[in-house]
Parts: sequence; C-alpha cells; structure tokens
Amino acid sequence: MKKFIALALVLAMAVTVLAACGGESGGSSGSTADTGDTIKIGGLAPLTGEVSVYGVAASNGAKMAIDEVNANGGILGGKKIEFLLEDEEGDATKAVNAYNKLVGEGIVALIGDVTSKPTMSVAQKSAKDNLPMVTPTATAAEVTTYGSNVFRACFLDPYQGEILASYANEKLSAKTAAVLYDSSDDYSIGIAESFKEHAEAYGIQVVAYEAFGEGDKDFKSQLTKIGAEKPDVLCVPSYYNTIALIVSQAKDLGIETTFLGGDGWDGVLGALADGKKTNADGAIFANHYYSGDTDEVVSNFFKNYKEIYGTDPNSFAALGYDAAMVLINAIEKAGSTDKDAIIKALNETDYNGVTGNIQYDGSGDPVKSVTIIKIENGEYTLSEKGYTVKK
Amino acid sequence: MLNFIQQLINGIQLGSVYALIALGYTMVYGIAKLINFAHGDIIMVGAYMSLICLSTLGLPLWATFIVIAVFCAVLGVLIERVAYKPLRGSSRMSALITAIGVSLLLENLFLLLFSSDPRPYPNMFPDISFTIGEMTISFLTVATIVITIIIMVVLSLFVNKTKLGTAMRAVSEDDGAAKLMGINVNTTISVTFAIGSALAAIAAVLYSSTYPLINPYMGSALGIKVFVAAVVGGIGIIPGAMCGGFIIGIAEALIKGYISSTLTDAFVFGILIIVLLVKPAGLLGKNVKEKV
Repeated sequence: MKKFIALALVLAMAVTVLAACGGESGGSSGSTADTGDTIKIGGLAPLTGEVSVYGVAASNGAKMAIDEVNANGGILGGKKIEFLLEDEEGDATKAVNAYNKLVGEGIVALIGDVTSKPTMSVAQKSAKDNLPMVTPTATAAEVTTYGSNVFRACFLDPYQGEILASYANEKLSAKTAAVLYDSSDDYSIGIAESFKEHAEAYGIQVVAYEAFGEGDKDFKSQLTKIGAEKPDVLCVPSYYNTIALIVSQAKDLGIETTFLGGDGWDGVLGALADGKKTNADGAIFANHYYSGDTDEVVSNFFKNYKEIYGTDPNSFAALGYDAAMVLINAIEKAGSTDKDAIIKALNETDYNGVTGNIQYDGSGDPVKSVTIIKIENGEYTLSEKGYTVKK
Repeated sequence: MLNFIQQLINGIQLGSVYALIALGYTMVYGIAKLINFAHGDIIMVGAYMSLICLSTLGLPLWATFIVIAVFCAVLGVLIERVAYKPLRGSSRMSALITAIGVSLLLENLFLLLFSSDPRPYPNMFPDISFTIGEMTISFLTVATIVITIIIMVVLSLFVNKTKLGTAMRAVSEDDGAAKLMGINVNTTISVTFAIGSALAAIAAVLYSSTYPLINPYMGSALGIKVFVAAVVGGIGIIPGAMCGGFIIGIAEALIKGYISSTLTDAFVFGILIIVLLVKPAGLLGKNVKEKV
C-alpha cells in the first residue's frame, strides 16, 4: 500500500512534467525557399503560452516594420528582408533550440527574444556567435552584459523600479510602501529590489516585502499580511495574468492602496473579465508609450497596426517595431551584412521611434524616458509622458 | 489576531475547494481502488464548460452549476465506461497508466480547442463583502465555504442513510461479497464516478471564480495538490478527504502568511511525508492488512 502510493506520487509528478512539455510549438512562419537576394533576419517570440500577448504583439510590430521597409524597396540596394520567426512559448530551453535552428538557416541578425528569462539564455549563445541581436522588450539588467552584440529597445528593470519609487515619492507623496513580487522571475526581482532601494532612499518606509512563486494562483495570504500594514502604495512587478489575479483577490479582501507596476501591467485589462475591469482602477504603471498618444509617429503606427492586425497595438508591438527599425537602419548604415559592421552601426543609432528617441551609450542599453499610465474606470489613461527620475 | 482570523478564513476557503475535489479522488479510490488522475482535468473541463455557460450562453449562476454538474457527471461515467471498466480485474498499474492517458487526452483536447492562452473567468457571485472590524470577507468566500459544508452534509447523509450509499460502502469493503448480496457493482461504480465528477464541477466554478484565469493545464497542478490532501486525510475514507482538504488549505495559508511565501509547497509536501511516516494510511485511515 505504502509503495503503491509512493509510486502513484512519482507518476503524478511525471504527469505534471509531461503536461508542461505537452504544448507543441506552432512553428515558424514566413519562410520561403528563396535565399539568393534576400537578407535573413531571425525573430524569437512566445507566440503561444502564458506570455503570448507580449510575443504576438512584439513580433507583429517587427513584421510590420519589415513589411514597410520591403514595400519601400528593401535595403542594401533593393534586397528584400526575409523574416524567420520562431515560437519559443516563453521557455528558455525552447528559445535556445529555436535560436540554433535560426542560425542554421543563415540569419544575419536577430530580433528577440521578448521576455527576460529566455532572452538571457539566447544572449549568452549569441555572444559566442557575435550575432547582432536587438531585443525589443527584455528588461532584465543582465541581458546586455553578455556581449557587445546585444542591444535592446526598451528601458531596464531596475530603472523601472527607480522611476516607480520616484513617482510614489513625488506625485503620490507616499509615506509607506509594500512590495509583492515573483521570486522565481528575474524581471520581477529586478524591479522589486530597485524599487525597495530607491523608495527607502526617498524616506518611504517599506512595510512589507512579500514574494510568491512561479505558477501561484493564491495570493490571499500575502495580501492579508500586506493589507494589515495599510501601505500607501503596493508595488507589484509581474506580468498581466498574475496581476489580474492579484488585483481581483485584493478587491475580495477589501485592500485599499495604490497599485504600482512595471510594463508587465500592459495587457492586464484583457486578462480581467468584462465587468471586472474596474478591479485594476487606480493602478499606476511605467510603460514605453501610450497608445492614445496624438504624436504623428505614434498615431501613424497606431493606425497602420490596427489596419493590418485588426487590434490596437500595445507597447510591446511598438517596441517590436522600434527594435526592427533600429536593426534595419543599422544594417543599411553598415552597408553590408558583416556582423562587426552592423554592431558598430547599432552603437551609432539615433532613431526617433514610436517609443521615443533611442540612442545607445555603448552598453547596449538605450537612453530614453518613461511614460506613466494610470488605469481609470477600466481603461488605460495617460498620466505623464516623458517622466524621468526626480532626485 | 484579526490578521490571523483572516488568514484562517483564506485557508478555509482554499481548503473547501480542495476538500470538494479530494472527495472525488477518495470515493473513486475507495470503491474502484483506482487513483483517478483524470480527476484534476475534470475540474479543468468544468471550468471551461462553465465559462461557456456563463459567457456565451449567458446562463445564470445556479443554472450553470446544474448544467456543468450534470455534464461532468456524464463525462466521468463515460470515462469510467470507456477507459477503466474494460481494465477492471487487470493489474492496478494498467488502470493507473490509463488514468494518466485520459488526463493527457483531456488536457491536449482542450489545448487544441481553446489554445494555451489563459482565459479570464467572470465572477458571477454578487459583489458584496462583509466588513467585521478591520476584516473584509467577500460573498464569494462565504458562498464557497457554505456550499462546501452543505455538500459534505448531504454527501454524508447519502452515503450513510440511503440504499445506494450503503451499496457504495459495501462495494468498497468487498466487491465480491457485495455482488453476492445482489448489489449491482457496475451501477454503483458509475454512480461513484458521477458524484465525484459533479463535485469536481462545482469545485471548478468556485475555484475559477476565486482565481479568475483558467487554462488547460490548471487541472493537473491542482489535482496533484488535492491528491496529496486526500492521502494526508486517508485515501478511500470520505471524512478523511474533507479533513485532508481543510488541513492542506489552512496549512498553505498560514505558512504563506507566517513562515515563508516561497517555500509553501515544500512545507505542504513535507506534511505529506511526515503523515505517511507516522501514519501510513493517512490521518483517519485504518491500517488494513492487504490480502496477497
């Protein structure tokens, strides 16, 4: 009997592991047999799975940029760009496998990956190959440290934490703060640590610093603990699916505080059922751009994207678009597909994109400002554009 | 102190759902001597079906409960008839492997039908909450606990007072003797599967309303945790499942609240190991000698 139950438990664990491997990837798109006069650029994104909203949007943005360039006559004297996109389901191992596949297919540069964890794995591989790589949205600090070939179009996790602390201090006059973060996720840890450090430097007392694990769905215990401290602000740096669960449970527990978050909050309203979208009201998060912006570059991007894909772009789409444009401009400027020439050209980037002006300071990280979004009545509203840290 | 009570209520709410699901594991194990690994996936099916009832068909909550309880009961019986019945009498291991097969089949079927993207789940319970001092308890929490307690009372009465319930207990004790006494073993096993699956369906609505995002993998992770609850309480024993569910739920909430929010699962599985070491048949289990 004992043995039987032990065996059953082992089998049970095997089932979970198998189940996790269950979803087969949707495969690549856009690969044609033509090789002669095209320039192959690889793309990596989670097109299915937990974080697919980011992956689909970022790759759509990149595809749109490439299609625009192709429609305008291509690059390097009329050559068309061929975009080879692979689905990695948000998984680091699958991302590295997909990267190897792309390299085998002869890509000259890579747009991707989308989330921090798989991007770090891919960056380590690509640094060895010295393959130019621009990630649209991987915000973890380490991403660009693996080699001079790695660039990104977005700002960093710690920077988001600093911005949020500054905003809480300056605009919300917060005296106490709490943090609830995912201790299994680098993105979440990055923002949480930096927020705590900077909030304390502003004299904000961090009254609770709580964590949860990967795949957790129940946050009531942590929220009860945080609620008892009555913090002015609650920083929840995570991704939209988890955040939807957290804001709903906080509402159930009657916790009243101002939620703060990073760019992972973008998409949270889609993860809340109709009629429950107001659960996230009052929340403030740092983002890359605001979709309702009236600026010409932004509004054109917004219009074209909606025409092509039928949905409103989020900031991941915008960053995907900007990452592709930064890379294409660099290839054009390099005048060849030579890896070192492209990397040199990337370092000299000065590009006005949808998410603002992008320049590089040599580290692969861009110099740019942040847009602050507030959720009101179940909708995203612009709180402040071009916000920078106030000392 | 209030904080502690709030944590306790969180735990009881979670434990209620665990207990409801654990009942399905334990009843099937008690009668068919089968660990039904597809049970967790019945919850997932229940969650998706109730989503369709609530969102697409626009049914009221009470009707949804009835529709999916019936749907899952039928599904449970169907699975039993198609997958498990032909294997009755063969080794336990083949039945166990089949159960895993059914679990994977359901998971991948729903992956195909609904994709792996999590879906938001509408919470159709009234948006009322009760405030006692500094404590806020939502209507959903109260409803979950009350519904679970009612179901447990009804189930206990059913098993102990009705003819069918007596038949179930008889089959679980000795199916050969039960057959000699004129009990239809096939019907009894089907009824057991139907009840277990219907309870899983109700648990699915309660669970999904509390944690309003559902995906095709939700059943397997939840199923494992609940299986642990059933084993802790003593698998095969109905009060054991109830008590195991509450113990695991409350332990989870208190460990998260007072010890470590990241090591919860380690502690929960630690409880399992300790219980199995001290009382191998589970907390309420009797040590029955197995006939060889």
